[in-house]
Amino acid sequence: MNLKISALQFTREVKTGNISVEDFIGKTMEHIEKVDGNLHAFLSLNDNAVNQARDIDKKIKSGDKIGQCFGMPISIKDNICIKDTKTTCASKMLENYIAPYDATVITKLKQQDAIFVGKVNLDEFAMGLSTEFSAYGPSKNPWNTDYVPGGSSGGSAVSVSAFECVASLGSDTGGSVRNPASFCSTVGYKPTYGLISRYGLISYANSIEQIGPLTRTVEDAAFMLNLIAGLDSNDNTTINNNNADYLKDIDSGIEGKKIGIIKEMIGEGINPTVLSATKNAISKLEELGAICEEVSLDMVKYSVAAYYAITTTEAGSNLARYDNLRYGYDFSVEGYAFNAYIEKARKKLGPEVTRRMILGGFVPSSGYAGKYFLKALKVKSKLTRQIDEAFKKFDLLISPTVPILPFKIGEKINDPASLFLIDINTVTANLTGKPAISIPYAISNGLPIGIQLIANSMNDKLLLQAARALEKTVKLPEVPI
Amino acid sequence: MTKIGLEIHSQLTELQSKLFCSCKANYREFQPNENICPICMGLPGSLPQLNQKAVEKATMIAMALNCSTPEKITFFRKNYFYPDLPKNFQITQLNIYGETSVGGPGILMVGDKKIRITRIQLEEDPGRIIYEGSSEKNQITLVDYNRAGTPLVEIVTEPDFENPKEVREFLNILSDLLANLGVSDPSLEGAMRADANVSIEDGNKVEIKNIGSFHDLEKAVHFEITRQQSLHARNIPIIQETRHWDDKRKITVSSRSKEEDLDYRYFLESDIPWVRIGNQIKDKLKSEMPETISSKKERYVSKYNIPAQVADVLSSDKFYSDLFEKSHTTENAKEVANIITTDLMGLVDTREKRESSKLTALHLKEIADSIQSGKITRNSAKNVLYEILKTGKAVSTVISDLDLDNVFSESELLKIIESVISEETQAVEQAKTNPQTINYLVGKVMQKTKGKADPTYTLDLLKKKIN
Repeated sequence: MNLKISALQFTREVKTGNISVEDFIGKTMEHIEKVDGNLHAFLSLNDNAVNQARDIDKKIKSGDKIGQCFGMPISIKDNICIKDTKTTCASKMLENYIAPYDATVITKLKQQDAIFVGKVNLDEFAMGLSTEFSAYGPSKNPWNTDYVPGGSSGGSAVSVSAFECVASLGSDTGGSVRNPASFCSTVGYKPTYGLISRYGLISYANSIEQIGPLTRTVEDAAFMLNLIAGLDSNDNTTINNNNADYLKDIDSGIEGKKIGIIKEMIGEGINPTVLSATKNAISKLEELGAICEEVSLDMVKYSVAAYYAITTTEAGSNLARYDNLRYGYDFSVEGYAFNAYIEKARKKLGPEVTRRMILGGFVPSSGYAGKYFLKALKVKSKLTRQIDEAFKKFDLLISPTVPILPFKIGEKINDPASLFLIDINTVTANLTGKPAISIPYAISNGLPIGIQLIANSMNDKLLLQAARALEKTVKLPEVPI
Repeated sequence: MTKIGLEIHSQLTELQSKLFCSCKANYREFQPNENICPICMGLPGSLPQLNQKAVEKATMIAMALNCSTPEKITFFRKNYFYPDLPKNFQITQLNIYGETSVGGPGILMVGDKKIRITRIQLEEDPGRIIYEGSSEKNQITLVDYNRAGTPLVEIVTEPDFENPKEVREFLNILSDLLANLGVSDPSLEGAMRADANVSIEDGNKVEIKNIGSFHDLEKAVHFEITRQQSLHARNIPIIQETRHWDDKRKITVSSRSKEEDLDYRYFLESDIPWVRIGNQIKDKLKSEMPETISSKKERYVSKYNIPAQVADVLSSDKFYSDLFEKSHTTENAKEVANIITTDLMGLVDTREKRESSKLTALHLKEIADSIQSGKITRNSAKNVLYEILKTGKAVSTVISDLDLDNVFSESELLKIIESVISEETQAVEQAKTNPQTINYLVGKVMQKTKGKADPTYTLDLLKKKIN
């Protein structure tokens, strides 16, 4: 059984009867058993997956109506709620939290007969970019297990990269889908803000984050988007996409398209190998008929600072509910004073979450809001104006997804500020609400490099077409697992 | 000079669902923690879904209070910890970054006095905390989230009141107005609550919270003014602070908590996009707004010749004015108004009695018609009403059951009057010198006629006979 097929290949193979869902899911679960002890992508597994596969096989055999996923094995980042399933956010705070409802994306995938093989690891409450801040231990990069897989959707990227599933859903607040995709050599896509419902995604910084797919191919990303995008009455920020078909015309190519190379993302601090891969990608795009030119977005230099001011403010508020009244320690019959509760419960949060919540109490506080939070909002709107201006001239923007190569586990964990700066290329898409995608582009000394494309709001289709064109020029070695 | 300002919270009790989810806005009929869902419990991953009707009703209130209404409104998070607040922040509105709440400055007239409205905002009500246990040691705190997320409108006034009486009058007018708009039923327990701030001689402002009823509010304000005046007279400085109304001792007490120091870290609630309330929506709301109380009153006076005082009482109560609208005709309007204000309001004076009443508009119309056609007297009408409230039987049935429809002719009535005069010789003698006594004789006649005689007419006849 070949587990290395793409999502679309999987559905074709099942449709034509070449493989049975039960076989594929059974083999997938066996493979997870075999490799995940070392990789640690999963926080929990679906014990019922093989039974669900058998039911789908029966439905197929009897000619019943079948969803577009045909029993496709998908992993779900553990900050997205699946009914009656543990949803921990990789935090001790939610160690025993069982979600009583399905996220909208889960409802939609269930309707399409997807099988959720398990919930995957992340930095606690999605705060981090290495998965090292998971309360349950880091995930490891399948390309070299001494290295981090990126984050915060590290478990998603690992599970796709190591063939533990065919696709995964992550969430992207400042690059949390694209960064691990780049580090693990998968496709990682953050759609336009509002294209996918966030209902059931446990909020970290709700004004800028999106759920996004991690897949083996760009076509798979488009396929996943087809299944989960669209207006949702449960999320007032969703946009009507008129049931767009993102797979249709995906091979249109990029001839004549204008692509801006973001100057601020290929300058200071960039790893030379990453830079040369980016230059290589640009020349490939030019060969395909695109017109590439440098463009300056000088607000980018303030983007990380603005990003952390905004996200810590929102996190401080979004996570305030984890106060030991309803989550955290078991209730003691003797009871505590209210303040003792809070003090005790907060201790269940890990160092990065604690750091950001303290910042979140400070940044928007009276006397400091003007200096930090409101200034960050100004940067956000100026950056948006700049990028909107750039999109008057360009169809797409390009940069490396991450300015550096994957780093070793433990290498940067004691230097949070240096970790923050790694977000420099990814946060712009979140702060401006634009769609962005990371495509696996090169392997350097056994470590992956991803290229990022950004498009204007609601131009997701164009973005996927360009990513597909670039992807077709790439031939990468297989992951050594 | 005394300055009093108010912060009034009124639930939009006439809405079907809560402000951000589909749980019932009427939480009162549920057992504790039964009217809840992932959204109003603030469960991880849930998002608020704005109730558009709540925005419309709140805008209607703003328009009725002559407030400015912005083109676009938005919501903010007010961050603070409290066990009754599921998310540990409240979704509310704020105007410090521009006018973005449902209502800006407005005016409500109390008699000839202008009371300025500062702003109106839409927000979610928290849950309810219930303390149980006899002493502090064994006290337990229970939280019921049924109320959490109920749509609440906050109305803030400028410090334009000078005495507790004005406050009381304003609250009466405001609660009548909200009821008349069909947005809130202020008679429901906890549906309308108010805090006050009080200052004297341009001194520091003192906020009073935790006031259970409007009656207590008047008392609390009165107490606070007296307290401040006595401090002022002895040259003791008045501290700017929050005080709680102690319902048992009927005094205000300094709240030692540092509520005034709380930093709410307000910021935009981005889960709810800006809501545009354009002129088209405003025009539509205006056209849907029910007739105002003052317009009703004018109409009752000018069209039906109802006395101003009766029209005033009738128009300011939504329950009774609705009943009037449904039961009156041009011919019987005055009679219907009369029955409602003199008899019905006395018989049905509580919320419970309103709810259990079996009286319909048709009943009322038929009673008024029966009086006008001379079938029954005004006096008997009260008995008919009383019976119908209990049983809901048809007017004709009640009239014949109680044998009220044979109104006495003049000669029959004279016969009864003569017999009363012969039986009550002592009273008749007294009545010649003391006019009060004659009422006793009227009562005797009414007794003999089972209330079917017309009292005014009887009085006339009695007077003639005696003198």
